[in-house]
Amino acid sequence: MALSKVWVHAEATENGVAPITLEMLAKAREIADVVEVFVGGDGAAVAATVGAHGATKVHATGDLSGKLQGVHVAGALAAAIEGGEAPDLIMLGTTQDGRDIGARLSVKLDKPVLTNNTEIEVGDGIVVSTQIFGGTQIVKTKFAAGSPAIALFRPKSFVAEESGGGAAEVAALAVPDAGAAGAAKLVNRHIEETSGPKLDEAAVVVAGGRGLTEAAKFEMIEELAKLLKGAPGASRAIVDAGWVPYSYQVGQTGKVVKPTVYIAAGISGATQHMVGMKGSKNIIAINKDPEAPIFGIADLGIVGDVHKVLPQLIEALKAR
Amino acid sequence: MNIVVCVKQIPDPADPGALDADHTLKRDGKLILDESDSYGVEMALQLVDKAGSGEVTLVSMAPNDEVSGLRTALAMGAAKAVLVSDDALKGAGALDTAKVLAAAIKKVEGADLILAATESSDGYTGTVPEQIAAVLDLPSITFAKSVEIADGTVKVQRQTEAGYDECESPLPAVVSVTAGVVEPRYPSFKGIMAAKSKPVETVKVADLGIDGAIVGWSGAGQEIIDVAAAPAREAGEVFEDDGTAAEKIVGFLDGLKVL
Ligand SMILES: Cc1cc2nc3c(=O)[nH]c(=O)nc-3n(C[C@H](O)[C@H](O)[C@H](O)COP(=O)(O)OP(=O)(O)OC[C@H]3O[C@@H](n4cnc5c(N)ncnc54)[C@H](O)[C@@H]3O)c2cc1C
Ligand SMILES: Cc1cc2nc3c(=O)[nH]c(=O)nc-3n(C[C@H](O)[C@H](O)[C@H](O)COP(=O)(O)OP(=O)(O)OC[C@H]3O[C@@H](n4cnc5c(N)ncnc54)[C@H](O)[C@@H]3O)c2cc1C
Repeated sequence: MALSKVWVHAEATENGVAPITLEMLAKAREIADVVEVFVGGDGAAVAATVGAHGATKVHATGDLSGKLQGVHVAGALAAAIEGGEAPDLIMLGTTQDGRDIGARLSVKLDKPVLTNNTEIEVGDGIVVSTQIFGGTQIVKTKFAAGSPAIALFRPKSFVAEESGGGAAEVAALAVPDAGAAGAAKLVNRHIEETSGPKLDEAAVVVAGGRGLTEAAKFEMIEELAKLLKGAPGASRAIVDAGWVPYSYQVGQTGKVVKPTVYIAAGISGATQHMVGMKGSKNIIAINKDPEAPIFGIADLGIVGDVHKVLPQLIEALKAR
Repeated sequence: MNIVVCVKQIPDPADPGALDADHTLKRDGKLILDESDSYGVEMALQLVDKAGSGEVTLVSMAPNDEVSGLRTALAMGAAKAVLVSDDALKGAGALDTAKVLAAAIKKVEGADLILAATESSDGYTGTVPEQIAAVLDLPSITFAKSVEIADGTVKVQRQTEAGYDECESPLPAVVSVTAGVVEPRYPSFKGIMAAKSKPVETVKVADLGIDGAIVGWSGAGQEIIDVAAAPAREAGEVFEDDGTAAEKIVGFLDGLKVL
């Protein structure tokens, strides 16, 4: 059984459409006859890309600059749904804006929002899967509140795939006045400079944790990442300690990565870290504690001191 | 400046988590203050300090009249707490939780700002703060990595994928804070002693004007149909470094053709 219509949240970024959107579109095509997207912003800017990934229509609010997405996009969706356009399912990413929109919409529609999902099946109803206890158990939950169902998905749960479709048709999504609830403003955006491949797209990720013992030692991680044409990553412990920005964080509250190789140096392997990197094809762990949980999922484990192993590894790679 | 902080009391994350027969998280042991919420408590204490007047009130929803976590936050310096504890809430989803917390927040007079964490450590749906804002029809800013208040406006640096957004909102407003916004203080001995006599008002859903039949299992609108072990990832080889670790890693990378 397939759903008749699914709406996917299209997240626009500085350089196009966020990967999570395209991942969800691939899944949406599998489970629904009609796949459309909605965007808090300019529809024309995303129409070609989402069309190439199977969406036939873009419901676009138009310019929302200066406004926060959550309350306004949710208000617009609720109005469209009340107006009779209801899809069977609304898919959003577990991202900052995805969570805000999903949460506001759930109150508007008085329906639950199911979060952190990694899979969805349609059979006798809509059933989503979420991983709990650090990804060791999978819980399946069925929507029991009537359509539309609202679900948030973790990045990298599905594989994006082009459908060969042409540009999606753009339709206006009216944004009702949100009143006092709409009073928060976005004043200015700050984009951090990055170089090299993006953390969640790199084929190699070299991540460092508290075992590096001090901020300056993170340079070894940066250098190694560069030599391997990969991206540097981090555990939350050293993000919270201020050694590296949040954009480096891998895990439950950071990025989900699935590179060909993930190197964890001085990272213990807390469940919240592992949910963000367990899907890596190959994992190399360097830790001085033979009991560190990270060894439980490593393909190659080195019980050793990062201050010895990393410099040697850097030398060996430079010598090639 | 009167600030309400939502604080969740959760099973100790150091203990292995477990589910009850009805698939809800086991919460029958002692519950503690969610570390994620210690940041909100600290932020609130600092903002009230800066304003020079006002107080911090805690609201929490937890089973079995649990107050251990609230006492920790009171020991940090919060003035009082409202606890909603009711068997009718078993099985509550995030939306139910938000409805209940919103009603409890309404009981606190003159709240200028409501703080919560971006996500809890045990359920981590990350939707409750924004849902509370929606129920109360208030503006909200989520993922705050810095919070300042001036002239009735809250200014927030909101964390984004690419950096951060400068946002602001008139008060009252709901703000969710990330871990690391501030360094939570340790309760002092004096604080711990004082906390014992600080007022904690315990209420039932009916006291909040909420029908017990629309929250909890009956209201959740979701049904857990299966819980199963995830396919485990096999551990590979583990070597003790004898000076050849770098060589082994290079060999492994060579085999994968990533060099
Ligand atoms: C709600 C919530 C969300 C969270 N989200 C995330 C998240 O998204 N990402 C994340 O990473 N964490 C997250 N955490 C935190 C997580 O629980 C851990 O605290 C964190 O991952 C630990 O980081 P770490 O491994 O760097 O530090 P530690 O756990 O302190 O581990 C350091 C490791 O380094 C090793 N070591 C020390 N010295 C050396 C040496 N010289 N050579 C080699 N090894 C050495 C030690 O043996 C140890 O295993 C979250 C926690 C909560 C409660
Ligand atoms: C593994 C797991 C997955 C779940 N998935 C879902 C789901 O997909 N959808 C759903 O509707 N429910 C879900 N639930 C149920 C949900 O966790 C509970 O309804 C919970 O009461 C609120 O959600 P949260 O802890 O995820 O809140 P979050 O939104 O993650 O919490 C953010 C902040 O809100 C405040 N807050 C949240 N709860 C309380 C409280 N009880 N008292 C005081 N402050 C609080 C705190 O400041 C907290 O840090 C899940 C539960 C578990 C254990």
